[in-house]
Amino acid sequence: MLDDMGDDLGGGRRGFLKCMAWAGTGALFAFEGGIGSSIGLDAALAAPAKHMVTQPFTFAQISDSHIGFNKPPNADARATFREAIAKVKALPHRPDFVIHTGDVSQLSRDEEFDDAEQMLKELGLPVFFVPGEHDMLDPDGGKAFLSRFGKGSQGAGWYSFDHRGVHFVALVNVADLKPGGMGNLGAAQLKWLKSDLAARPSSQPIVVFAHIPLWTVYADWGWGTDDSAEALKLLARFGSVTVLNGHIHQITQKVEGRVAFHTARSTAFPQPAPGTAPSPGPLKVPPEKLHGMLGITDALFVRGHDRIALIDSTLIA
Amino acid sequence: MTPESKTLAFQATALAGGALLLSTVSVMTRAAPAPAAASVEIANFTFKAPVVTVKPGTTITWTNADDIPHTVTSSAGLFKSKVLDSGEKFSFTFAKSGQFGYFCSLHPHMTGSVIVKA
Repeated sequence: MLDDMGDDLGGGRRGFLKCMAWAGTGALFAFEGGIGSSIGLDAALAAPAKHMVTQPFTFAQISDSHIGFNKPPNADARATFREAIAKVKALPHRPDFVIHTGDVSQLSRDEEFDDAEQMLKELGLPVFFVPGEHDMLDPDGGKAFLSRFGKGSQGAGWYSFDHRGVHFVALVNVADLKPGGMGNLGAAQLKWLKSDLAARPSSQPIVVFAHIPLWTVYADWGWGTDDSAEALKLLARFGSVTVLNGHIHQITQKVEGRVAFHTARSTAFPQPAPGTAPSPGPLKVPPEKLHGMLGITDALFVRGHDRIALIDSTLIA
Repeated sequence: MTPESKTLAFQATALAGGALLLSTVSVMTRAAPAPAAASVEIANFTFKAPVVTVKPGTTITWTNADDIPHTVTSSAGLFKSKVLDSGEKFSFTFAKSGQFGYFCSLHPHMTGSVIVKA
């Protein structure tokens, strides 16, 4: 079946849709294609060379690895992260790159970051990061993360890059959080975003990724970003915007106009659905259920067919 | 009584007096109130006593009972704990009167307040 999918993806739209039917859990979004211009940072230079799109491409999202977490329901978040990496390696199409949407570590300790980095090296792929709040806990408030995973980024770690005509924007909404608030982008980052998007044609597909959801999933648990509306206003003119987040350790998705929002599973532990538990703490599922609640997301761009697909899969083989 | 014995008697009295004085000081020390203390548990992503009212000089100790790390961070920059993993504690002594808001810098929807008044 995986081989079928491999042939299908290269073989045109009909095959691709068949693949989607097989995937079952994926979400399919329409978008209008466009041609990107070139702008880059150090991080982007590590990505495969950009060229005009003639072939579809995929990238994978992993999130909330919480390396160092060792309490119920997962005594070893390193082990499940390793399984997630194996899952990415086993995808029917080798992704062009991977994004990690934050909470790489549990406590921002050097050995946690180091283990994550070493394990990710096994992929042999470029990895683009944004920090989660768990990655900001060193005495310098995030410098340990940025010096390792945020080279070439600006401010608290934001940046953008182009890949095969798609513009990727990495935003940070876990820095300098305000009492009583939720996630926060801040004026400096919004100003940067405005100038980053200014010269781009509205037809260019945009993928935005950040740790905390950029829409309010559940305010009582702080699952949202206070000033996300200002970012979305800047994105409103684009024909295709995909927003990828983590933080809440479960899949949620929403389509609003031309913006598709999606959150990924964690590779470490699940969290309860909004309001279904006294707190958003780890959902203490029995061991046999854990792997079915952890996973990765595979994103497929099929240019020329006006489609982006997000396929979530769990760590169950 | 010889002058010599007078001196001895005086010294004995002085010693007794000194001992009495010392013991009085000791009693006074014991009678002084112990430094005031209060505690706040952090559980279920909340500060379990969201408002605590104490006298000046009180030391408040926060203990993280969650499986997820939290911090205790003054909204006005007066104090900030390091990250508190499960079971870890942070203490701060409130010397002056006033109202002091704080929050968890990881989960800022978690807020609390300390009111200090004589």
